[in-house]
Amino acid sequence: MLAPTIIFWILALLAISSALMVVLAKNPVRSALFLVITFLAVAMFYITLSAQFLAAVQIMVYAGAIMVLFLFVIMLLNLSAPEALKEKGTLQRPVAAILGAIFITLLIFSQALLEMPTKPALANEVENLGTVQTIGLSLFSPKLPWLFPFEITSILLLVAVIGAIILAKRKLD
Amino acid sequence: MPDEITKYNFSFPIYWHGLYLPGAVPYVAIVCFIGFALAITPFLVWMERVVIAFIQDRSGPNRVGPRGLLQTIADGMKLFFKEDIRPKSVDVRIYYLAPVLAMIPALAGSAVLPIQFVYFHNLAGEVFKVPFTVGDVNIGLLYILAMSSLQVYGVVLAGWSSNNKYSLLGGLRASAQLISYELSMGLALLCVVVLAGSVKLSDIVQAQNIKPFGIDAMPDFLKGSVFSWFWLGSLGVPVILYTISMIAETNRAPFDLPEAESELVAGFHTEYTSMKFAMFFMGEYISMLTVCGLNAAVFWGGPLPPLNIWPLTIVPGAVWFITKIMLGIFFYIWMRGTLPRLRYDALMNLGWKRMLPLGLVWLFLLAGLNLLREPNDGPVQPNKDAVPQVQPTETTDALNESPTPARPIQTSARSYPAIPMRDPGITIDNPTTHFAPSRTGQGAITAKISR
Repeated sequence: MLAPTIIFWILALLAISSALMVVLAKNPVRSALFLVITFLAVAMFYITLSAQFLAAVQIMVYAGAIMVLFLFVIMLLNLSAPEALKEKGTLQRPVAAILGAIFITLLIFSQALLEMPTKPALANEVENLGTVQTIGLSLFSPKLPWLFPFEITSILLLVAVIGAIILAKRKLD
Repeated sequence: MPDEITKYNFSFPIYWHGLYLPGAVPYVAIVCFIGFALAITPFLVWMERVVIAFIQDRSGPNRVGPRGLLQTIADGMKLFFKEDIRPKSVDVRIYYLAPVLAMIPALAGSAVLPIQFVYFHNLAGEVFKVPFTVGDVNIGLLYILAMSSLQVYGVVLAGWSSNNKYSLLGGLRASAQLISYELSMGLALLCVVVLAGSVKLSDIVQAQNIKPFGIDAMPDFLKGSVFSWFWLGSLGVPVILYTISMIAETNRAPFDLPEAESELVAGFHTEYTSMKFAMFFMGEYISMLTVCGLNAAVFWGGPLPPLNIWPLTIVPGAVWFITKIMLGIFFYIWMRGTLPRLRYDALMNLGWKRMLPLGLVWLFLLAGLNLLREPNDGPVQPNKDAVPQVQPTETTDALNESPTPARPIQTSARSYPAIPMRDPGITIDNPTTHFAPSRTGQGAITAKISR
């Protein structure tokens, strides 16, 4: 077996098992930590796919900022008692199972799982694929259609920030 | 840099007994970095105690060894033999994991620091310049930021798993503080990225190897000197922002609220004893080394000598780099001996209301100034009139220009395989090379000198 294949399977097992443990772990702090491991494994996937910038941003934003805030909230609420997390409704599980089965059937029938790209890309193509420069040039180039969605997204984030400040202020006053 | 290469006449051959030497650089660097970080920590502790004692006008350690130099070794031995006490109601696995998490990200972050440039020559006389790092990846700065953002987990989990209200308060403070100051830190570093046009650390160091502010009329000995580094090139403010936020990121005084001993006993590591406590201690010092190394590489010229004159230029770059790191550590200790601890609201006010807006304003200012640069996109190429460098995208042109077209991997020198002991002529088709970490090529042909 080739080294990329071995690394792929190690990372895949790590990502999937820790993603399962996010759901199965009783303790909310442990769930959050397993989610961090999932994020790190996905970041390493990005690196193997020559998307270095995406990998760094994945670790910085998800593992480094969002999950720290999650932990902060969990620790503040002190949810360590498992009783607080017991699910009340019983309808959720069967509905989730049916929806999941439908999703997997769709995936199988559309052959998205089977038609994986098998030919490795050329070295020259991969070289600059995921660098900051390439991503910046494609995001901000006037010839490509991605500048407008990017700016709209930034406005969306600004609205969210202002909304959060307004909500917090109202509580304080 | 033709002048630099002729002065540095020493360069390694690219093959040595069939061993591909540039491919061995990352492995040597791993050993050197980890060994240096672990071996220098006792010295740093000693230095801190001596300097603090000098500031506070007392003797400091002076019993074990000359000037107390072996005191830290003795303390380390004592910690090693202490009983490992584990409180009853801790969350065992996370309690044991936390000291490891405090140390590993700091050590991992130092992997991309360009400590020194190493030169290699092939038989055709071409000289390759390879930074001595574990991996000179093209997301270097982002990688260090990512690792430093993971550092918070050690502190937070230690605070939570100890099941102690003081520890928990320390952990909560740490998470809030680190998230707040990461923003200012990132903004300060972004100012430099705007100036250098690259997030690769060796490119950032190269971009500082110019005459001050890029003015050609400046004398030659100022090229790459202390006046052309980015602390001055970014007009002074980002280096102050970075220095403040680097102290806050490593939880050192005056920002040591997570372990404020007058309020929280010892904060997040109250319940830790023996070697686990020592690991927190070492993690703190290693993260200090890493952030000071980033400071040295990004704002203070990295391995460049302070003046481009003869006796300074023959000193290896690693000596300058380590000197700059040590000056940073001295600054840490100086601040600890000088300033009282900030109150919590003052800390948050400083981070969010003073430093963040200032960093944003400065980023816009520098981006505006940067539009005056010619050409105003892409990496800064320091010396246009020097020997033409091989651009990353123009490897085919370089292949045509080369008088002796050797094996393709040597002329398109960006893609050194990371695996040594392999004939590079065949690795270009090797499917393993589409795996990114081994392909973030190190080095480019910088000059050709006749041998």
